[in-house]
Amino acid sequence: MSGERPGPDVRVPRPSVARAPEAPPAGEPPPAPTNRNDDRFDVRLRARARFGTVFAVLCFLATLIGVLVLAALLVDIFRDGFHRLTPAFLNGMPSRFVERAGIKPALVGSAWVMVLTAIVSFPLGVGTAIWLEEYAPNNRFTRIVQTNIANLAGVPSIVYGILGLTLFVRGFALGRSILAAAFTLSLLILPVVIIASQEAIKAVPNSIRLGAYALGATRWEAIRYQVFPLALPGIMTGTILALSRAIGEAAPVIMVGALGFISFVPTRPLDGFTVIPFQIFSWVSRPQVAFQELAAAASIVLLALLLTMNAAAIWLRNRYTRKF
Amino acid sequence: MSAIHVPAGPIELESRALSVYYGGTPAVRDVSIQIPDRKVVAFIGPSGCGKSTLLRCFNRMNDLVPGARVTGEAIFQGQNLYGTGVDPVDVRRRIGMVFQKPNPFPKSIYDNVAFGPRINGYRDDLDQLVEHSLRQAALWDEVKDRLDDSALALSGGQQQRLCIARALAVAPEVLLMDEPASALDPIATQKIEELIYELKQNYTVVIVTHNMQQAARVSDLTAFLYLGSVVEYGPTQTLFTNPREERTEAYITGRFG
Repeated sequence: MSGERPGPDVRVPRPSVARAPEAPPAGEPPPAPTNRNDDRFDVRLRARARFGTVFAVLCFLATLIGVLVLAALLVDIFRDGFHRLTPAFLNGMPSRFVERAGIKPALVGSAWVMVLTAIVSFPLGVGTAIWLEEYAPNNRFTRIVQTNIANLAGVPSIVYGILGLTLFVRGFALGRSILAAAFTLSLLILPVVIIASQEAIKAVPNSIRLGAYALGATRWEAIRYQVFPLALPGIMTGTILALSRAIGEAAPVIMVGALGFISFVPTRPLDGFTVIPFQIFSWVSRPQVAFQELAAAASIVLLALLLTMNAAAIWLRNRYTRKF
Repeated sequence: MSAIHVPAGPIELESRALSVYYGGTPAVRDVSIQIPDRKVVAFIGPSGCGKSTLLRCFNRMNDLVPGARVTGEAIFQGQNLYGTGVDPVDVRRRIGMVFQKPNPFPKSIYDNVAFGPRINGYRDDLDQLVEHSLRQAALWDEVKDRLDDSALALSGGQQQRLCIARALAVAPEVLLMDEPASALDPIATQKIEELIYELKQNYTVVIVTHNMQQAARVSDLTAFLYLGSVVEYGPTQTLFTNPREERTEAYITGRFG
C-alpha cells in the first residue's frame, strides 16, 4: 500500500527500560511524554482523525443533495400551486374552466384504490413471506420462487399495467374499474411487500421460536403469538412504503383505463375512476398556465397524502415497538 | 465391569442405541443411558462431544434442525418418543427445556409464564399458576410488583429463572437444561444451582454443563461423553473421585478438553 511506510519491524530492539531519563538541559521545555514502544508504531493520529472528518463531510454532502432537490421541488410546486389549494378545489369536479376545476373524484379514486390495494396486498404478501420463511423446505422450487419474487420487484410498472388490462379488465371482466386498478397495483407492490415482510420475519431471533416450541407450541402458535407480533412493525413499515409507491403510480392505472376526464365521484369498487397522478398528468399536458397551477396544487395534495401515510407507518411502528 | 452405570430406582428417561446424524457424520453414536426419576443427571464432556445433541433428543428439538436424523430409541416412561403416532408438540410439553442463553419472549413477565399454559388450554386460575411457577423458580419476590413490565428489563440471571418458571408452568415431568448458567455471572449461577437442587424434589433434571464443578455440585449422576459416545456414567461422587476410565480421569483433571 504505502511505499514509504515499512511495516512494523518486529526485530527492532526495544529501548532498555532501565535507562535513566536524562535530565533536560536547563532552559529547554521538557520533552512530551512518550510510550517506550512508540518507535514500533506509526500512529498518525492526526491523519486518521482528518480522514474521519473528510468522510463525514462527504456523507453530509450526499445528504444535502437529496434535501436540496426535494426543497427545490417543494418550493416550485408551492409557489405555483398553493394559491389554487382552496376548499373548492378539493371539493370540486374536473372542469374545462380553471376556476371551477377540482380534484375530488381523483382524491376519492386514489383513496379507494389505496385501501383496496392494501386489503389485497397485505394478506397475500405477508402470507407468502410467512410461508417462505417459516414453512417452505429449502429446495429448488422455493429457490425459484424466491428468485422470481426478487426479479418481479424490478419489472417496470407499465408492464404490470398491461398484465392488469389483460387479466383483470378483460379476463375477469372487471372493466375499467377501481377494483381492476387495485388488483393491478397489488401485483405491482406484492414483491416489495413480500421481501420487506421476509426481512422482518428473518430479523426475529431463532431463540424465540425455539423457546415457543420448547413449551409445546405448534408451528402455527409459535408464528402467531411470538414471531408475527415481533415482525409486525417491520412488515407494516414495508407495506406502507410500498403502498405509497402505488398511490404515486400513473402508468399502470392508465393502462387499466383510468379516466382522463371524470364527471362523477366513484362510490363502488366497480365504478370507473381516476387517480391523482393521472389527474396531474392530464392537467400538465394542457397548454394553459392556469392548468399547470392546478397540477401543482394536485401535487401538493398527493405529497400531503404520502406524508400522512409515512407518518402513519412511523406511528404504527413506534406504537408496536415501544410496547417492549 | 462396564463403565456405564445402571441406576437403581424407577427410570424416567432412557436412550437405547441412540444415534444422531447431521448430514453424514454422527454427532451421537449408539448411546444407551438410563436416567432415574427425580434425580439430577449431568452430561459433561469437551465441546462438540454431542452432549447437547443427546439432550435435545429427549424432547425432539432435533426435529427442528434441518438435516438432523435420529436412529434408535428415546424412551420416556416406557414410550418411545420417536415411535409412530408420537406428537413432538406433546413431548415438549411434558419434557421442558431451558436454553443456554436466556430467551424470554419480548413481552411482559406475566405473559412469558402464561404463554405455555394458554396454548395448552390450562383450565384453572392462570394468575395462581403464574405466581406458583415464579415461586418455584425463586423469582416471585423480585418481580411480584412488576409482572406487567417487559421481561427484557430483567437481569440475565433473572431472565434465566423466568425461562425456568416458563418451562415449569406447563407442568412438565422432566426439565432439560442446556448449559443454563454458562451466560451468567457467578452469583446468578449460584442461584440457578440452588434452584436445580430444589427442583429435583418434583422433577427429573438433565443438565448439560461445561463446568465440572457445577456438575459435581448439583448432580446425582454424571455421564462423561466424548466424540459422541458415553465413556462413563455413574454416581457423580464416584465419577469425580474414582473414575474407572482413563479418558474420564484425563478430562476431569483438566488434561484435555
